[in-house]
Amino acid sequence: MIEIFKNTNYDFLGKAKYFIIFSIVTSILGIGSMVLRGFNLGVDFAGGTKLAVRFKTAPDEGRIRAALQKAGYERDKVSIQRTGKQLNQADRNEVFINTPIEQGEVDRDKKKITEALAKDYPATPPPADKLDVNLSGIDAITGRLLDKDELKLKVTLPPGDAEKEYRRFAENVVRFRDSSGGIIADLNAVPLNGFNNQIGETFKKEFFAGEFNVVSAEVVGPQVGKDLRNRAIYVTLVACVGMLIFIAFRFEWIYGFAAVVATIHDVIVTLGLFSLFQWEISLTFIAAMLTLIGYSMNDTIVIFDRIREQLKVRRKDNLVKVTNDAINQTLSRTIIASGLTLLSVIALVLFGGDVLKSFSLALLIGILIGTYSSIAIASPIMIWWKNRTERILREREEAAKAARATSKAKKNSGSSDTKDTKSDKKDAKSVMA
Amino acid sequence: MRKNLLQRAIAILVVTLGCLYVTLIGWRAPVAADFKSFGKIKENVATNIKLGLDLKGGSHLVLQVMVDEALKKIADDNAERAKAVLAGAGIPMKEAKGLTPTTLVVTLTDATRIKEASDKLLADFGKSEWTAKINNADIVFTMNENVAREYRKRAVDQAMNIIENRINAFGVAEPTIQTYGAENSYQILLQLPGVDDPERVKRTLVLESNLELRPVDGPYRPYATLDEAKAAAAGRADVEPLPLDERDEDATDANGKPPAATPATAYLLITKAPVIVGRDLRDAFAAQGNAGTEGDYRIVFKLKDDGAKKFGDWTSKNIGKGLAIVLNGRVKSAPTIRGEIRDTGEITGNFSKQSSEDLALVLRSGALPARVVYLEERTVGPSLGADSIRQGVAASVAGIIFIMIFMLFYYRISGLNAIVSLVLNLVMLIAALAMFSATLTLPGIAGVILTIGMAVDSNVLIFERIRDELRVGKAVVSAVELGFDKAFITIIDTHVTTIVSSIILFIFGTGPIRGFAITLIVGLLANLFTATFVSKTMFGYALSRSERPTSLSI
Repeated sequence: MIEIFKNTNYDFLGKAKYFIIFSIVTSILGIGSMVLRGFNLGVDFAGGTKLAVRFKTAPDEGRIRAALQKAGYERDKVSIQRTGKQLNQADRNEVFINTPIEQGEVDRDKKKITEALAKDYPATPPPADKLDVNLSGIDAITGRLLDKDELKLKVTLPPGDAEKEYRRFAENVVRFRDSSGGIIADLNAVPLNGFNNQIGETFKKEFFAGEFNVVSAEVVGPQVGKDLRNRAIYVTLVACVGMLIFIAFRFEWIYGFAAVVATIHDVIVTLGLFSLFQWEISLTFIAAMLTLIGYSMNDTIVIFDRIREQLKVRRKDNLVKVTNDAINQTLSRTIIASGLTLLSVIALVLFGGDVLKSFSLALLIGILIGTYSSIAIASPIMIWWKNRTERILREREEAAKAARATSKAKKNSGSSDTKDTKSDKKDAKSVMA
Repeated sequence: MRKNLLQRAIAILVVTLGCLYVTLIGWRAPVAADFKSFGKIKENVATNIKLGLDLKGGSHLVLQVMVDEALKKIADDNAERAKAVLAGAGIPMKEAKGLTPTTLVVTLTDATRIKEASDKLLADFGKSEWTAKINNADIVFTMNENVAREYRKRAVDQAMNIIENRINAFGVAEPTIQTYGAENSYQILLQLPGVDDPERVKRTLVLESNLELRPVDGPYRPYATLDEAKAAAAGRADVEPLPLDERDEDATDANGKPPAATPATAYLLITKAPVIVGRDLRDAFAAQGNAGTEGDYRIVFKLKDDGAKKFGDWTSKNIGKGLAIVLNGRVKSAPTIRGEIRDTGEITGNFSKQSSEDLALVLRSGALPARVVYLEERTVGPSLGADSIRQGVAASVAGIIFIMIFMLFYYRISGLNAIVSLVLNLVMLIAALAMFSATLTLPGIAGVILTIGMAVDSNVLIFERIRDELRVGKAVVSAVELGFDKAFITIIDTHVTTIVSSIILFIFGTGPIRGFAITLIVGLLANLFTATFVSKTMFGYALSRSERPTSLSI
């Protein structure tokens, strides 16, 4: 049997004070950053345009910026971000171009940026009478070939068949473009198997391979982003209430409350870090938050479950001791399970690519914080509340006792039960539920 | 535990085979060709598991129907009707006009017969739909809120139908069209898989197509300016000046805006009441003219029987007069009637092949009840989607391999149980996605990752429990039994909590949240089966091999 933790007996709850202080400070810092710095909201939430553009060769940000400036985009209005090279793939020569929301037609920027790049990005102006194969869809390619009809297919074939044949070729070109990462570097590389050689010649005559292709475009109006955000927050809160009710039903309501507070703590800390470092928050971030909530809940319930089980068999021990033991008993499962999940998330950070970046980063932080909070936040809250209610009950009882005692004392004139009260108070501090 | 082993093994085998069958073949009888080559198997799996647009590539569009414009039109129509009704009753009035989308005001010259006017108009508009309020010489009509709501809903439904017709005409494979967002946001979500260059589709979907054939007032006479035309109309209510516009409707300038800056060259006085409207059209198609040049396309339309009769009657009575073909408030042409025309007409103008085809399509599909604008557009090229899949799969596989190696190293032979149940969990998850035709999206992959995390967790929980029991000196068989029993409660608690929240997310969430929720629900249900039932059966088998097992590799 290999064991990482053998009969551990760390005093987690003895250090609860420090944990709580640490968490409160971090949460306040996080909230402060959210208020002061705000978030780096992606187009999904802020609205605007985000284009992923892939280039033939390594893109030159300065030149892209210059081309856009020429088209009337102010320097600070456009953000250009080079996507990193992933471990398991070739460099895609890709940049993200972001512009904030504009009045007027929603998709105006997409067209404008594409046109500006097509006009000014390559040093030499593109051939005027040729079409850019990298910016043409199947329809456009078919249309051009059909118009020129160098093969005279319109004359020799039955009506309609000429278009079919040209379309077949256009589909072949686009398929090739997709399989080579969204951009054709050289027209000669397009496979011509199964086609008349002359189509290939016409194709080379009528088209050229431009410098770039827009491989994805996200254009979001301002209202959509707001709707999306409000709905996400609302749904998450309702889901939290649902979990609270279920845990309250299975345990006691304070367990549900403590678990939800710990989860909200995780969300705040993660959001705070994203605000502090101004990491971009995109749509996948919501999925990451939901994952993190699920994960944190899972961790907390495992510990609570053990506490509940131990309380049944150790009726004599006090709650603090039982809880601390429960945390220690489940420690090796906590570390192993979190560690393994963390490993797969690290794989996601390393191999997952830029699309998943905000997602995998949020998960990485979330799992660490979620594991910490189930030990350091959820259990202390539960104990604090239990002890408080216990103490209040005690005090009420004592008050009643004292009242009875004074009324007795009045009768007997003089009493001496102060010693009793003192020892009771000492007990109350470490009483079990 | 050792009892029922065979039954349990058979149940697991049936589930596994069923899942593999659904994934590899789908809901149909297998044919020999299904297993001819690896490529064919791959193709089957690809058709059975639907990928979302973010993974497959395609366009995701959100459109807003400007429903209040449809209401405004009703209010304006009623204002026009009011004039006719009051004129018929001989009640003098000053004016009638729509105020807001749901109100219109009728002003009488004097208030003596105002009650009578109000009742007459209300009867005409529909008593159940409008409420009248008298204020001096004004009568303000307000559309009832529930009626307005119904009209708005109807406008969205109509727009959806029409957009669907237009999309189908484009031949997009498996489009999705549904209402989107909150109840009263009047938005439509459109998903067009495989369309990565949506410009033409986008333009055509929202193209207005108000076609009307209206008589030219008096002899054909173009006016040079709008003011001149207005002066010639001399305040008559039944005619209006409209721009004569022979340009291609879809021509755009460098900024993508229609070239509104170039004013129309001439105006014609056109009667307001149309002879034929878009609804009377049976069919419309593009045809090339005789010249054979690029700009020489026209649209030929055919009328339905009713329309053809109306058109025939009108043309036979009005030989020598002009008939204006009005498209979206602009006169495309105004030919002179030479003889009776029954069911065919054509729209000429400077149309290109594409714009004539698009316009014919739009005319065929009917007019939108209100303007439709784009709120959101997401286009993912297939190459980017493919990269996302590759990366997502690479990351998941790397993660799973890490986990497997660790489990084997740490829990020895029992680790094999964990691996088998983990793999089976994924197989079941994929099969369930195929079975319900659920769509796998990037957030869905997030759900898969959380499923893997919780599946590993369940196994670790069970194994640690068994170790606990062994440590306190329990016999192997009862340690396994107790370990499963104790861990089972925890597993149920964690899984049900997450399933409860996922169900809430699924019910109240939108797009990406739902994708996450559905994969998670399915994955967790599968995990309840694999982590408890399957894993326990495997332990049972391992222990059944000797009469009194004394050791367990864990």
